[in-house]
Amino acid sequence: MLEIRDLHVRFHDADHEAVRGIDLTVADGEIMGLVGESGSGKTVTAMVISGLMPRRRADVSGQVLLDGRDLLALDAAQMRKRQGCAISVVFQEPMSAMNPVMRIGPQVEEALRVHTKLSHQERRERALQALRDVDLADAEAVYRKYPHQMSGGMLQRAMIAAAIISRPKLLLADEPTTALDVTIQAQILELLRRLNREMGMSILFISHNLNVVRKLCTQVAVMEKGRIVEAGTTERVFYDPQADYTKRLIAAIPMRKKLC
Amino acid sequence: MLVNKKSTSFRIGLAIAAVMAALALIGYVWTPYDPAAITGSEKFLAPSLRHLFGTDNFGRDIFSRVMVGVGTTFFIALCTVLIGGTVGTLIGAFTGYYGGVVDEVLMRINDALTAFPNILLALVFIAMLGFGKYNVILALGVAFIPSFARVVRAEFARHRTMNYVKSARLMGASHLRIMFRHILPNTRGVVLPALIIGFNNAVLAEASMSYLGIGVAPPDVSLGYMLSESQSYMMKAPWYVLCTGLVIVLLILGVSMMGEGLRKGGS
Repeated sequence: MLEIRDLHVRFHDADHEAVRGIDLTVADGEIMGLVGESGSGKTVTAMVISGLMPRRRADVSGQVLLDGRDLLALDAAQMRKRQGCAISVVFQEPMSAMNPVMRIGPQVEEALRVHTKLSHQERRERALQALRDVDLADAEAVYRKYPHQMSGGMLQRAMIAAAIISRPKLLLADEPTTALDVTIQAQILELLRRLNREMGMSILFISHNLNVVRKLCTQVAVMEKGRIVEAGTTERVFYDPQADYTKRLIAAIPMRKKLC
Repeated sequence: MLVNKKSTSFRIGLAIAAVMAALALIGYVWTPYDPAAITGSEKFLAPSLRHLFGTDNFGRDIFSRVMVGVGTTFFIALCTVLIGGTVGTLIGAFTGYYGGVVDEVLMRINDALTAFPNILLALVFIAMLGFGKYNVILALGVAFIPSFARVVRAEFARHRTMNYVKSARLMGASHLRIMFRHILPNTRGVVLPALIIGFNNAVLAEASMSYLGIGVAPPDVSLGYMLSESQSYMMKAPWYVLCTGLVIVLLILGVSMMGEGLRKGGS
């Protein structure tokens, strides 16, 4: 469904490429983990897929195919039609990803406002449903709240609600649990898994937290210095790592019982 | 949420400004005396129950004239802020959001304009357009654009890289929608006080211009015009200058205190 072919990214002010020719395929309904340390090119890859990469600041080459259409070949208006509709993104920091002076409801509805001609009432219904879908108990109350009145975990749920309201084919999750405490993390992961199952939405889950990736993803790709050094099923990559870098990453996971 | 309603200065300011606004509004439909009626036998009457603020050199009721004058001043200041605020916000929004060459060029022009005092800029306009209420509004409005553009630009430049703006873009919102629906409401904590300060500056600028004789022309009355008229009779009729001056001071004080309360509440 999402297929990246030989993607290169070079920022104009850098002397080396941030992404150096990666190939990656996310199948329908799959949860793909993209792991690697800071600066390995994970987030840059996500920016390219989501269309946030400023074309003035970087050279991007290669192909990013979503259902066969090359996203890199689209102009801004065509890309905008897919943002929030075919592709949605959930960020690391739910606090800052929400507009502080807008109530939650309108923010959750934003994608519908931009992409559909639904009436106010229909949008509201859909937003309340989305808020319930992400297990926010009192959807009516949440709808009317401002971001500062909610906790980080609740906000991240609301962000996910905003991302899934248009039933995207692909959800890009860029470290969505990193800013949350561990119990909330587990709940959010469970939520993502359930949404993936119920809506059949593919998820590209970007993280440096291997434990989280191991719990959630079916496929994993490991990035180092702008390249994918290893990719495969989660099981295979974690139990039988081939690349040195993967082995070192796995050895660095803090845990009581050693895995390998 | 952004207005700290408990702020004492906001409350007091609001009360004073409301009284002034009420005076102005009532002045539009009713005044105790005809503000232009000349009564030769009632020149320079001291304040009394019949004439609250006394009468002037033509025997006109100063209170009535102040009511009309406050209205004119209010109207001019509001329109000035409206023109300057709207155009300034538009310019600031686009330059701050997009940045780049257009931003650089417009802001350098802005800097150059800021180097001149507002009054001087307005003077140039008056020299070109002639006197009168509406020309004063136009002149001051244009002269006030740079200061608003600067404030708004800074806010937009600060907000455009924030995550919530990225989120909005990722939901497919257009640039215009992001600018005016997402960012603009976030700037109100800074822009509202700027508008209020602008209002005060406009009141002062109008008063100064009318005082210099390049502002409002008779038969229109404004506080500045009355002040300039009254100074010739400062010794003979001190209440004239006192009452007019006091109303200007109160108007500015009230609005300033509102601005102060807003600024504190907004931060």
